[in-house]
This record gives sequence, structure tokens and C-alpha cells, in this order.
Amino acid sequence: MSNTANSRQYVISFIFIGIASVILLRLFFLQLFEDKYKVMANDIAIYRKVVYPPRGIVYDRKNRVMLYNQVVYDLMVTPNNVPKVFDTVQFCNALGIDKDTYGKLLNRIRVRNGGMRQGPYMEELTSEQTARFQENAYIFPGYELVERNIRAYPSASAGIILGYVGEVSPEMLKTSRYASYQQGDYLGMNGLERSYEEVLRGQRGVHFLERDNFNRPREPFKGGTLDTQEVAGKSLQLYTDAELQAYAEKLMQNKIGSVVAIDPKTGGILAMVSSPSYDPNLLRGRDRAKNFSNLYKNATHPLFNRAMQATYQPGSTIKPMTGLVALSVGAIVPSFGLACFGHYNLCGRPIACEHHDAGHAANFRLALAHSCNSYFCHIFRLTCDNPKAGGVKKGLQMWHDYFSSFGYGHATGVDLPFEGKGLLPDSSYYNNRYHNVWNSCTVVFVGMGQGELALTPLQMVNGMCIIANKGYYYTPHFVKSIGNNEKDTLLKPYLKKHIVTSVSDTTFSVIQQAMQDVVESGTAIGAKIDGITICAKTGTAENKAIVGGVAIKMANHSMFVAFAPRENPKIAIAVAIENAGFGATWAAPIASLLIEKYLRDSVSVKRKVMEDKMINAHLINKYVYSIDSVQRMHFQEAYKAKMEKKMLEASSKHYTDSVMLSRWIRNQLGNK
Amino acid sequence: MGALRKSLFNRLDGITILLYMTLVTIGLFTIFSVEHRSTDPTIFIMSKTYMKQVMFFGIALFIGLIIILTESKFFSSFAFLFYTMGLFILFITIFAGVDVKGSRSWLGVGSFRFQPGEVCKIFTALALAKFLSLPETNFKTLKHRLVGVAIVLVPAAMIILQKETGLALVYFCFFLVMYREGLPNSVLIVGFSTVALVLATLLVDRKVLFIVLTAVALIIGFLLRNNLRRNVVGIILLVGIWGTSMLFSQVAVPFIFKHVLEKHQIDRIFSTIGMDVPDAYNKAAKGNEDEDDGGKKVNSSDYNVKQSKIAIGSGGFWGKGFLNGTSTKNEFVPEQNTDFIFCAIGEQFGFLGSLVLIGLYVTLMMRIIFIAERQRSSFTRIYAYCVASILFFHFAVNISMTIGLAPVIGITLPFLSYGGSSLLSFSVLIFILIRLDADRQVLIR
Repeated sequence: MSNTANSRQYVISFIFIGIASVILLRLFFLQLFEDKYKVMANDIAIYRKVVYPPRGIVYDRKNRVMLYNQVVYDLMVTPNNVPKVFDTVQFCNALGIDKDTYGKLLNRIRVRNGGMRQGPYMEELTSEQTARFQENAYIFPGYELVERNIRAYPSASAGIILGYVGEVSPEMLKTSRYASYQQGDYLGMNGLERSYEEVLRGQRGVHFLERDNFNRPREPFKGGTLDTQEVAGKSLQLYTDAELQAYAEKLMQNKIGSVVAIDPKTGGILAMVSSPSYDPNLLRGRDRAKNFSNLYKNATHPLFNRAMQATYQPGSTIKPMTGLVALSVGAIVPSFGLACFGHYNLCGRPIACEHHDAGHAANFRLALAHSCNSYFCHIFRLTCDNPKAGGVKKGLQMWHDYFSSFGYGHATGVDLPFEGKGLLPDSSYYNNRYHNVWNSCTVVFVGMGQGELALTPLQMVNGMCIIANKGYYYTPHFVKSIGNNEKDTLLKPYLKKHIVTSVSDTTFSVIQQAMQDVVESGTAIGAKIDGITICAKTGTAENKAIVGGVAIKMANHSMFVAFAPRENPKIAIAVAIENAGFGATWAAPIASLLIEKYLRDSVSVKRKVMEDKMINAHLINKYVYSIDSVQRMHFQEAYKAKMEKKMLEASSKHYTDSVMLSRWIRNQLGNK
Repeated sequence: MGALRKSLFNRLDGITILLYMTLVTIGLFTIFSVEHRSTDPTIFIMSKTYMKQVMFFGIALFIGLIIILTESKFFSSFAFLFYTMGLFILFITIFAGVDVKGSRSWLGVGSFRFQPGEVCKIFTALALAKFLSLPETNFKTLKHRLVGVAIVLVPAAMIILQKETGLALVYFCFFLVMYREGLPNSVLIVGFSTVALVLATLLVDRKVLFIVLTAVALIIGFLLRNNLRRNVVGIILLVGIWGTSMLFSQVAVPFIFKHVLEKHQIDRIFSTIGMDVPDAYNKAAKGNEDEDDGGKKVNSSDYNVKQSKIAIGSGGFWGKGFLNGTSTKNEFVPEQNTDFIFCAIGEQFGFLGSLVLIGLYVTLMMRIIFIAERQRSSFTRIYAYCVASILFFHFAVNISMTIGLAPVIGITLPFLSYGGSSLLSFSVLIFILIRLDADRQVLIR
């Protein structure tokens, strides 16, 4: 027996070792050569979590917070952790919902996420809801409050400056600029939030977490060694004065128009108002979409930044610049006078002037102080027909180059998106328009700020800076420093001094003196502040609205530009109020109050009456609403007509195609 | 005879004990690695299975001590009594079994549950050893061979009635023992060939199988050409075997799959070996039963094998490191602390760890065969072979099923898998062997 036993002992050992070898061979290939399993293991078990750092905070020039992150609470739920015995009544009371809603919301999460994974039950609880829930949180198992940051604007002002954040749209994701974003990301959609998106958003962190078979995130993968840490967004400090901004918005309430105030020494924007303004807090949180569409549909267009997007014919406010160019090219000397008796008659049809008394335009100073239309029309013509230039076309081009160097006719480059360019006509513009047949009389209105010239209020105030600084300006901008660094690369363009085409110091002095007279003895006496030398110019701009394809003359825009103090300019300001009448009536007092507020930090008691009058004035004409609805209807019809035309074209194309096709078939058959 | 003078404890086989302890310890750490969470406040949490396993280990060692202190004659004398008792309990379990995951193989009193089928392996091993070692048994007679087969198959049948087919299959490993004790070679060869052919038919492409089988037949024919030249029976045998396997793999299986089996049965068969249903069978089955829902493809054992292969395959050569197994730690592999515990080894310690573990098992089995062959009494020798065979079957089938080489049947990995029944029954098996081996110079009847 032992003989067979011995041999069979080896057979059995052989079987044991043989099978073990087969298993090892399989393991060898499975573990060393089939890489797909590694990929699959990572796919199923590693969860890439993107962590959003808090966005940067925005401070005003005095370090007051203008925009920060507010903590809100979302109520999260893991449906399977909600016990069967649950105090639904208490829960509904705490949140202020009824029982049906309770079940509906819970089911929604269950359907979307399944029972094991946490999902948002209710977003952005109100503070009462949060408080009531927290009181009783321990009796609501399965529910949890989770913190989240949303943007908040403590003074509820400066909406057009600061802008807002919104979710990135699928269209944006297709462009290369937004390549680094993912669906669901928030980014600055407008205002500084958009311009400084790169620095405000900080750097997103990526954390790798392990997840389990129910897709629930667990611990960090490899102890977090592969993670990138998030970097908080940098804060911005602005030149803007939050108090002045709020005050300007208050003064501009119930008016359509805009205010821009700049520190001429730096180009820093102190305040920018587009009225009617809106509470930026509306454009965040869960009601954002609804509020946005309400604002968007509003007839007064509060989302439209009139201060840098709307263009106006500057009216008389351009006269200092007209004078500046005329003096500079030598078309006139300061003592040049014109006998005006209420009309300018040298170009055929008389152009009206407000003043009739003799000698109101006896020299440049007087003419500017009284804003004589005849005088400025005439010196503009003299500029264009200036013998040095040689012909009106070259003369106008010379004027154009001056104005262009003042920042007109192109975007100034302010650090807000979607800036308007305005319109600055040059010779070729008129050549096109008048088929090369025109002279200085054709364009004469431009001299008094009417005609083809159109500027944004921001460009107007930039002109004031040039006069205040006697020949240079910095590109208007809001941001003083990024994360306490005033020399950040994003701010480089704003540190460059722009020196305008050579205009002599004395010429600027003449202009400044004349503008000082405007306030002290001219059209803007109402803007006078004791102890502060203000240089200013009023404007009353004629304008037309296009309603249903017909241009209708509207009430004049009330315009005002100024800077102060003359000796050491600290503020330059432009105010435009649409369809409000004389510049001296509304725009000038508002500008004056703002200058006083900025330079003296408060408004003197004796001007309270004026302040109240300005605040309480309601200057939005009723017809704004009807014009808006007519315009909307018009756009709608135009859109419909366009679509119909398109369809018609398409169908006729189809028709031609089919005709040609049948002809071709017939030919083919015919050939056979 | 000097060995007899040594004390009992000096006569125990140290190598076996060491291997046993090593394997159980590896098991404890592995269970710990799949249960532990970095968020746990402490590692000593009684509700965790690794702590329960530590407890079971303690009980196992205590029982082991009792076994060591028991007279070795006790096991042979009471073998048939134990076996009868075991059968009785198995019989009761058929009717009184608690339903656990579809099988009724567990007996339960309160929170305490045990699986008689596990324990009955020991009794069957003892009974088989006792029967084969009886002086009046002549294993060359058909009658005694049938008795031997019956001793093994009766408990298996009862366990099948409890719907725990996997456990019942373990009892087939006793054929290895009977082969060692004199069953003809053909039993082993036919048995092995059939299993191999069935698996190969399902796992390997039909054309490849045809080529391989034909090649094997030709090689055998070539090697045995001198014998076959004068041997007509041999040629007929060779051609007959080749023809039968051809018929089976090329005709019978496709025919059965295409025309006999229903779709859900086909799905079930392929999912137990962790494979997708091949297109050829899939389409045919779909044609038969169009209204059957096609989306219900994710079968639980199918999922098990897939996740298990991902876990093991992602381990690579070195493994991901202790406590770094992303698949096992995050519970992607079901049953990962019991039947699929090998995944945790494969993922965390890679091919190297698997190699070491398999090496340990093979060493243990070889050691047991070595122990078997040094016995004077055939009772101990046969019992040792029983232990080796049971270990082998569990080890081979369990690991094979985690890597998709064998169907998923609920069979534990000896000493490593979590579970009191499994750990205790394997411990008792080993300790009885150690006790019997200590008296290897005595003739046990």
C-alpha cells in the first residue's frame, strides 16, 4: 500500500501547487498588465471636489466696505437619515412651510440624488428660519445647515460700479476666455466684479476625496497630498468715496441721468451714478433671476450705465474745449470779441443766442461766462478755416486730433466693461455724409456742442480733468490698489500720464479764469460755494428721441461740468440730467452740492433748502414710459419682420432649389 | 521512541501552529483595514467586525487548548457518534434554518447563529478517517467504496437541500482523500477533466478551444506513439475522449444554450463566472423572449466580481499600501470582509502580498501532507488529508472566484474571512490534527 500511497501523495501535492500556480498566473496578469483596473478604481473611488475661495472684498477710499461676502445658510437633507417618526409639524413651523410642500421638497431631493446622498432642501434660509431651525436642530435628524458665501453690498449703492456675479452660461463656456470655468461656477458679470474677476475670484482649490459605494465623499485621498489649496481672492481698494456715492445717488433719485466725479490728480473716480439706480442686493441670491428681469424690463433702464454708456450732445459744456482749441491753434486771441445781438447770421439761417445785450461777447472771458452761442460758433469756424491748416478739411481734422487727445470719440479705458465710445466726427466722416461738399458753416453747430458730436458723461468729466490739470489726465479708473499693491499689472494702464497735444499754460489759465467767471458772474451763479473757487460750465443740450422711426424733439438735457478748487483741483465733476431743462437749474446745484460735500465733508446749513429741493425733485417725465413701450413694440415688430423675411428667403431658396433639381432631373431623363 | 518521553506540548507541530497564527493575524489586520475609517475616534470599537473576530480568535485558541488536552483516542472513538449527531443537526436545519440571503443553512438562537454545514465538515472528516482506517474496511471493494462515497455525499445532499450549494461542493474535496486511499486514477482524471472542460467551454472562445483540445490530443498521440502503435483500445480511447469533449464543447453546450436554456438561466450562469453573456447566446436568447427586460443586466454576483477585479487589479505589484485601498475601504466590494476578503489583500499589498499569502497557504498544505505521511496510524493520515483537501478547496475556489476564474459560491477563505463559524471550524480542524499528530507514534484505532 505504501508504494501507491507515496506516488499519490505527489499527485495530490502536484494538484495543490498546480492550481495555486494557475491562480498566481492569473493574478500576475490581472495586477501587472491590465491597467484598466487602476483607472476604473480611481474613477469609482476618487471624487474631485472643487473648493471655491471667498471672493475679494471691495473697500472705498476710506477703507469702508462696499462689497463683502455674507454667510447664508442652506438647509441640506439626506433623505434616508430622516427617521420615519419625524416631527413634521415642528419642522414646517420652523421653516414656515406647509405639509404638502414639505413632502414635495423631500421627494425632489430623493428623485434627484437618491436617498443616501445629501442634497439642498431649501436654499438661503432667512435669518428667522435659520434661528428657528437651529433652536430645534436636534429633533430634526437628517437635516443640516450648511454655510455658503454670497456677495453683499452693505450700503445698497454703487450697483453700476461694483456689478454683480452670476452663473456662467453655456454660451460663455464655449469661448476661450472662460475656458477655466465649469458649469455652475459663478463669475463677475458686470462692473468691477467682471473687470477684476481674475483677482477677485482668487484661486480655486481642488481637493481629492475618496467616495464610497453610495457616492458619499469620505476622507482625503492619499491624505490630501495631491490637493491644491484654494487662495482667497484679493481685495480691491477704490478711489470711490462710499458716502459721496450714496449722497450723489440720493440727489439723483427720481431723475434720469448721471453723475461722474473724478480726482483730477490721479484719475480716480470718486463717484459714478447712473440714475435711476438700483439696490445691488437685488441681484444676488435666490431671487436674482426674477429681479434681474424686472430691472431689465423697467422703462427707465436702471441696468444701463448712463455715466459711461449713454452718449449726449454736450451742449454748451463743450465751449471751454472749443475755446481751448481755438486759442491753441491761434485762430483767436483771448481779447477777440464778437458783436452778438441774439443771433449768429453768418451761416445763412440764424442761430439763436440766449443773450441780446451788447458786449456780452466782447472778449473770450465774457463770451464763455455768458455762454454766447454766436461767439463759439464763430470761433469754431475760425478754427476750421484757420489759414495755418489750409482748408476746412485739414482744419477740422486738426480740431479732431485735439479732441481725440482729450479722450473724446473713443473709450477712455475706464476699468468697467462695456464702455461707450461717443462720437467725434472727423473730415472723412463729413466727406461721406456730405459727399465731399461741405464747409465750416455745414459743421458750425459742433462748436456749441450740438450737431454730430456726442460724448459720454465720463468723457466730459475727463475734459474737465485736463483743464484742471492744465494739460494732462490719467485714464479714469476706480481701483487704487489690488491686495494693497498699487502697482499691480492690472493697474499699469492707469498709472500712465496722458499729456494732451501742446496747449500752453497761459491758454489753460484763460479758460480757467473764464470758467471761474461762469460761477461767479455767469450762468452758474447758483453753484457758487463761499470759499471754494469753482470753475464750471453749464449746458442745455437739445436732443431728439426716435420714436417709431420719427425723430421728435424732446425737452433739453440739463448738463453741467466743473472742477474745484481752481488753485489745487481735487474734484472734477460732470452731471447730466435728461429732459430736465436748463443746466443751471438742476445739474449745476447738484454738482455744487457734491463738490461741497466732498471738499467740506458736509453741506452748509444755508444750502439745506437747495439740497431738499434737489432730493425731492421728480424729473422723470411720464412720456419716458410711453416712449419706452412704443420703442419696445417697434423693436418687437422689427424683429418679427426680420424673422419673416428670413423665412421667406429660406422658403424661396427651397423653391428655387427644387425647381432647379427638377429641371436637372428632367435634363438627365431627356438626355437618355 | 524517544519522542514519547517528551511532554505533550513539546510534541506539537510548531510549524503548523506558526502558519495558523500568521494566517489568522493577517486576517485580523485585513478585516481591520476594510472596516477602519480615518474618522473613527479609536480602533477599539466593539461593534466593528474586527473586534468580534479578535473575540472569535480568543475562543478558537481556548477551544484549541481544550482539544490539545483531550486524549487523542477520543476523536477516533467518537467519530461515528459525532457524524450521526452532525447529520441529525443538518436534518433539523433543513426545516428549522433561518433564512440568510436566500439560504436556510443557519441555525439561530437569539443573536447567536451558526452554520451546521461548516462544523459538519469536521465530523465528516473524522467519520471518513475512522471508516477508512477500520481494519475490516477493504477500500478495494465496490461496497466499501460506495460506503465511503455515501459518508461524504449524504451531508452534501442535506446541505444542498438547505440551498447552500457552495458549501455542499466542499464535500467533493473528500474524493481527493479517497483517491489517496485507493480510488482508481480514472476517477480523479475524469472528474478533473469534466470540471476543466465545463469551465473552459464557458470561459474560452469555441474556436480557440477546438484548436487547443485538438493540439493536446495530437501531442498526447505523438508522445505515446510507441504504445499506441500496437494498442487499438488506446487509440479508440484517445479519439473517443477527444470526440466526446469536442461534442460537448462544440455541439452540446451551444445547443443547450441556444435551444434549451431560458434567457435568465443563461444570464445567471455567465454572471456567476463574472462574464458578460457572449453575443451569440445573447441574441439567440433574446429572440426567444423578446418581452424580457433587457435593462436588468446588473446582477449582484456580476457586480461583485467586477468590483473585486477592479480592487485586485488596481493593486499593481506593490499594492496601494495598508489602509489605502480605495475600493475596499469605501465598500465598493460587497462581502469584502467575508467571502471577498482577498480583494483587500490584492488591493493593499498588490501582487507581492498575494504571492506571499498564496505561498503561506501552499506551505501549510504541504506541511499537512508531510504530517500525514509521517503517521503510523492510518486514521490520522486520512484525517490529515481531509484537512488538507478542505483547506485546498476553500483556498482555491475562494481566490478563483474573486478573480473571475470560478463561479461565485459562498465559500470563505480559511482563517482570513470574518465569521465565527468559519474561523472556529477551521481552527478545530487544525487543532485536532495537531493533537493527533502529537501522538503520531501511537497507533490509534
